[in-house]
Parts: sequence; structure tokens; C-alpha cells
Amino acid sequence: MNENIWVLASADSVAIATTLILAALGALFTERSGVLNLGIEGILLTAAISSFLAADASGSIWLGLLIGSLAGALLAGIHALLSVVLRANQIVAGLALVIFGTGLANFLGKPVEGKTVTTIIHPLSFGALSDIPLVGPIVFGQDIITYASIAIAILSSLYLFRSRPGLELRATGDDPATVDAQGLSVASIRIRYTLFGGLLVGLGGSWLMLAQSAAWHQASTTNGIGWIALALVVFAGWRPLRLIFGAVLFGFTLQLPFTLQAEQITFIPSALMQMLPYLATLVALIALSRPSTRNKLGAPKALGTPFVRDER
Amino acid sequence: MTNTSHEVAKGPHHESGAAPSALSAHSIVKRFPGVLANDSVDFDVLPGEVHTLLGENGAGKSTLAAMLCGLYQPDSGYITRNGERIALSSPRAGLQHGIAMVHQHFRLVERFTVAENVILGSRDLSFRLNRSELENRVSAVAESYGLPIEPGATVGDLSVGQRQRVEIVKALYQGAEILLLDEPTAVLVPAEVEKLFENVHAMTQAGKSIVFISHKLGEVVEISDRVTVLRNGRVTGHVSGRGTTDTKELARLMVGRDIELTTQRASHATGHEVLQIRDLSLNVGGVSVLSDISFNVHAGEMVGIAGVAGNGQRELADTIAGLLSPTSGSVAITGSMSTDRGPIHARELGLAYVPEDRLGMGLVPSMSILDNLLLTRDRHIVVDRASVQPEAVRLIDQFEIKANGPEHIARKLSGGNAQKVLLARELSGGRSATKLLVVCSPTRGLDVGAIETVRALLDDARSAGQAILLISEDLDEVMSLSDRILVLYRGSIVHETPGESAQLATVGAAMAGLSTEGNA
Repeated sequence: MNENIWVLASADSVAIATTLILAALGALFTERSGVLNLGIEGILLTAAISSFLAADASGSIWLGLLIGSLAGALLAGIHALLSVVLRANQIVAGLALVIFGTGLANFLGKPVEGKTVTTIIHPLSFGALSDIPLVGPIVFGQDIITYASIAIAILSSLYLFRSRPGLELRATGDDPATVDAQGLSVASIRIRYTLFGGLLVGLGGSWLMLAQSAAWHQASTTNGIGWIALALVVFAGWRPLRLIFGAVLFGFTLQLPFTLQAEQITFIPSALMQMLPYLATLVALIALSRPSTRNKLGAPKALGTPFVRDER
Repeated sequence: MTNTSHEVAKGPHHESGAAPSALSAHSIVKRFPGVLANDSVDFDVLPGEVHTLLGENGAGKSTLAAMLCGLYQPDSGYITRNGERIALSSPRAGLQHGIAMVHQHFRLVERFTVAENVILGSRDLSFRLNRSELENRVSAVAESYGLPIEPGATVGDLSVGQRQRVEIVKALYQGAEILLLDEPTAVLVPAEVEKLFENVHAMTQAGKSIVFISHKLGEVVEISDRVTVLRNGRVTGHVSGRGTTDTKELARLMVGRDIELTTQRASHATGHEVLQIRDLSLNVGGVSVLSDISFNVHAGEMVGIAGVAGNGQRELADTIAGLLSPTSGSVAITGSMSTDRGPIHARELGLAYVPEDRLGMGLVPSMSILDNLLLTRDRHIVVDRASVQPEAVRLIDQFEIKANGPEHIARKLSGGNAQKVLLARELSGGRSATKLLVVCSPTRGLDVGAIETVRALLDDARSAGQAILLISEDLDEVMSLSDRILVLYRGSIVHETPGESAQLATVGAAMAGLSTEGNA
């Protein structure tokens, strides 16, 4: 057994986890306000190509990340318009967003299909620390966004459970009528967090493009990570800290087929292995559709339900 | 106006002389599509006073309250606070003027703690929340009004009475001077009502004004300093003076005619056992909902099931109707087992079922009266409307249903008339003659006139020899109609008493789980 491969694999798991953490946090904030956005996959793709084009044109990673994140917020804005303002069915609106985001990314990315982005995000250098066996590549071999994503997750947890706006956010997802009776605007809270969620998903998509993929392939850049992020939120019980561990675990599962291939372990078909995360997604979505399971998992009670003030 | 001056003097914060009322509504008009909900209504409440808004459902009292707290805006007319005209554009504006509403359906987040619920929406909080400091602050406010609450408890674990207290503390915490209590006793057992009234007194002693909204005459007389009666959106009378008011007079003002709500229990012989329940237990999702229930209902007898909502009433009814399968035990209708073959079989044995959720489970709202009748009658492949048409016309006439005819869509009926359609269908028999009638909250949400009719219909059915199981959260209703009363608490029958000798206090205590004795 080649130890190096497994160390690299673990480092890779953490790296893949970055996109997952950011995308899932985006979904988590959105869902905590009571809005279910199934369009994460479409947002990721659009954000990825937007960041590619912006970084390529400007030569600046930071501009790439910024434009990608804004593209994410913009797409989430469509979802907010449909599901909060117009009170459309959120599942239908979310699925439409997947299709729209994928199509838009396809359209924007046509001229650069298969091309490599000229500037990419590099891991930070910690000097000697990065050379420590095992710990070095995993803990000190990551780039700034990866560290930032973990910091964002921890801050999100504090925000949700230890701050006044966090309290209001959780109340909106659980019981919008109560929030409304307090004179807070349910619509405004939901729109804000849907947009913020889109921003985080967009950052995740941009990072995926500029640090992980480097080359744009419409069909394989995101590879269903958006769907896995949705499942991750469910498994994490809508809690940001649990989400970090879940993301690393999913990240590990996602890269496992490649590692096993490199290790020439073939008794498990790699296609079966690749299927696992999506199977988990399926299980999560089924769990979400049953009200009793939803409650047990800790889902926001008003998740997916448009808010209408009782008239009489 | 016997003791208005006395009440004014009672408020300690109230300045002497002709001080303005704490809150007044002047010539308020509010229209909803097709309804004139408030028609130039005047209303005012003084500091330290309980002023009740009395009226039937749909009389416009909740609408008026909603405008007083900023939830709705009047179409015309205006509101003054301490004599100054104010604009209440939202509930937040209401709170800023010290006006808070305690809703009938509590506005509490079940997963949050008491303290979190109380502080939710408060503007004076820092960004960071310090849990223990907040809990102390909430406790301090609660204790200053003698309202004991546990600030760290999760609201989902609290009883209804405790939740209501949390709502009141929340309003006080936000600095409310005027509290609007919307049907606060509807969800409480008698002991909790007493406690609420004590709290109301504590608040008026501290100079708070209470607007009490209710349609229950007895408690209105007990708690109010003044009463304003609304009917069809108009003020039909003012009465003042605690305890001096005649309930008959209030009822007349409310309904516009004399009514007699206390049904006489006709002496009648009861026949054979129609419903036999033996050792019935039901688990739903691993939780025991009903345990070891055994009782009979005889022909010509009305058995009332009393209990606070959520103690297994709905499940009991659904099990008898064949909609739920019991975990163990049996239900027999006229001697035949009914539990293992579904609702159609139960109906073939002579069951008629009036579920609580009239338009959800009872009737198909988008269909006509005629088609709703057909549901329990015609089982042929080709629908034969013509054959049921005469019966539909006859039933509309017999049950005094206000409709344009058999083609009237169920959804467009008023609550009372929808209930009459449902009763008409169930009482008139479907495929087989009705022997057992299971009715759940038959008068909930109906106005006094309709309540009178529905109760009379149930009485007639009993006289005709049908066995009736009345399941209702309205204790007065169960007490006044039933020949025998069973109290359901946490899925068990904890108390049984004959209807004539039933004591409100004993039954109420059993509903609260305070007594587990078999007999009164």
C-alpha cells in the first residue's frame, strides 16, 4: 500500500470539502429562513464559468472569485423572486433554476470549453510546516479559501445560535407567522438569506473552478456536487459545525474511486463507488419528503412553504 | 354605567380628572371582499380596565382587534392613544405604542426556549446574545407581574396554559400597556382559566388595560369591567358593571333575539348497545395515543368525550370510523367488528361520521351540495344525480340550509351551513340506516344561532334512537348535552360521570390530569 497516495487522498478530501462546505452553507442559510433552493447545482455551474471568464479576462483571481460569487447571488435572486415574492412552488422553481443555470453556463462557456484558466489559486505556503509527514499536506497544504470556508462555517454557527439576527433567522424558518407578528418582515429576511446563500454557493463554485478544475468542462466541472451539498445539509441537521465533518466525509467518498484505482484495488467496481454520494443524496431527499423524518432530523418547520399572512 | 367611575379610579397610573382613555377607536370601518366587517365602530379602553368585545364568530371583533394592534388598517375612522391620534401601520408600530395582541393561535416558536421566544423581535438587544443574562431579565419581568415561568424550558414541552403565559410575558417584556387577548380561554381547562383571570387582575392592578375578546357569556360577565357587544360588524350595546350583568341580556344583544342554549336532557330509555369498544389501544409511530379504552354507547344515548385537544380524541374517532387500525383491542358496531375492514364497512354497519375538519375531511369543498350527498349514497358506476335531487331539496329545506339550491358549491357556504350539510348527509343515512353517529366538535366556529340548530338536530337524532358519541373540546357543550361523560386524558379514560350530576370542577380537574379516580 502506497502511503503517499492515501495522504494525498486525505488532502484531496479536505480540498473537495471546501466546495461542499461553501455550497452546503449557502443552502443551509437559505433553508434556515424557510426557503428550499434545489437550484444549487445550477448556481455552482454558472458561478464557475463566470469566475473562469472574469479571472481569464482580468488576470485576477480575486476578481474571478468576486464575479463568481455575485453570479451566484444573482441566480439565487431569481429563486427569491419566484419563491418569496411570487410564492411559487419552491421545488419547481429550484428545479427550473438547475436547468436555467446549466444552460446559461453552457452558453457562456461554449467559447472556452476545454480551455485552462490562466491564473489559479495556489496553496498557501507555511514553510517547514507543510513538510511535516501526514499532517503537513492535509492541514498546511491548503489554500486560503479552504481555510476561509472552515472559518465561515464556525462563524455561521456562532451567528445562528448566539446572535440576535441568527435567532430571527431560525424563527423565520420554523414559524414565520410568529416573526410576522413581531413586526419583522418575513419576505425581507427570506430574500436576504436566499441571496446570501447564493453568494456562498457562488464562492464555492468559483473556488471549484479556479483551484480544483482549472479547465472548464461544462459536463464535468461540478459533477453533481450541488446535489450532494443539499444532502449534506440534511445529514448535518442544519448545523454548520456538523456540516464541516460531513463535508470531509463526503469529500473522502468522492475521491475514493480514484485512489482505489491508483492503488489498483478493483474488487469494488469504481462505478459503484462513484455512485455512493448520489445514493446518499437520494436518501436525504427521500428523508426530506417525509414530514415525520424531517422533524426528527431538525429541518426548519416551514421549509419550502411560502408565507402568506392569514387574512381573517 | 353603574361603576365606570370606580374603575377609572382603580388605575394607579391614571391621572385624576377627565383623562383620555388609553386607547380608542373612532368610527372604524373595515371592508373585506363581500363583507362589511366593521361598520363605524366606536370602542375605548381605560387604564387598569378590562373591556370585553363580545360577539358571535364573524361579528367583527377579531377584525377590530387586528386594527387596534396594527395588523390591519381601517378603511375609514381613526385610532387615538391617550387622546392623541396615531397611525398603526404594522404590529411593530402597535408595539411601539405599547399595544400588544395575544393571539388565539400562539405565536411561539416551539423549538425555542421561553426566553428566546420572549425576546424574539425585541429591538433593544445587542448583536450577541448572552443566554443566562437574558433568562434573568425575562424572569424578572415575569415575576414582577406574578407570572411564574421557566425561562430555560423549551416551549414545545409546555402546556397550553403555560404557553399562553409566555405570550403574555412576551407582550409585557416588550413594554405593552394595552393587551388584546383574542379568545384566550378557548384552549384552556377551567383551572387554567382561573389562573388566567388572576393574571389579568394582576395586570390591571399594575395599570395595564386589557381588551378581552370572547363569545363565552359566563366568563365575560366574570372578568369584564365593561362589555361592548358586536353583531354583524356593528356595536349593538354597551354594558358595564362587573357581575351585575344579565347573561340573557348579553345573549340577546349578541344574537338579536332571545335564545335558549341549555338543552333539556329529555328523559328517555336507552336501548341495546350499539357501539362496543373493548381494550382499545393505538400506537402511532411508536407513540401510544390511546391505551386500554373500553366503553359502550347505547341506542338513544349520547355519550360525551371531554378533553383538552390532542389527548387522543381525533384518533379515537378515526379508529371507530375505520380510518385507523387499532394496535390491540376491538371496536364493534351493532355487534359486528368494524375495525379490520375499513371505513366503507363501518358505514355499512350503520356508522355516520361528522369529523372535526368539516371542509377537509367531511365535505369536498369544490363540489356542490348534491354531489357531496352522492358521496355516501350512490355506488354505481354511472352517477345518477336525478334520483338524489329530490332528497337534496328536501334536506336543504328540512335542515334550513341557506343555499341557492342543491348545486350550491360547498366551499361557498358559511361555516354553519356547511356543518348543516354535513349533518344532513350523515343523519339522513346512506347505504344503510344510521345507527351510530360520531360527531367531533360539531359547533366549533359556528355562531350562536347555528349552534342552537345543530344541538337540536343532535337531540332529535338521539330521540329517534340513534346512539351518539359526541367528541368536543367545548366542555360546556359536552356537559349540557351528554347523558354520560367520559374524560380522555393522554389517551386514557380517566373519569366517567353521568351527565346530570356532572360537576364542572371535577370534570375540569380530570381534563387537566389532576384526578384519576373512576367516579365523581
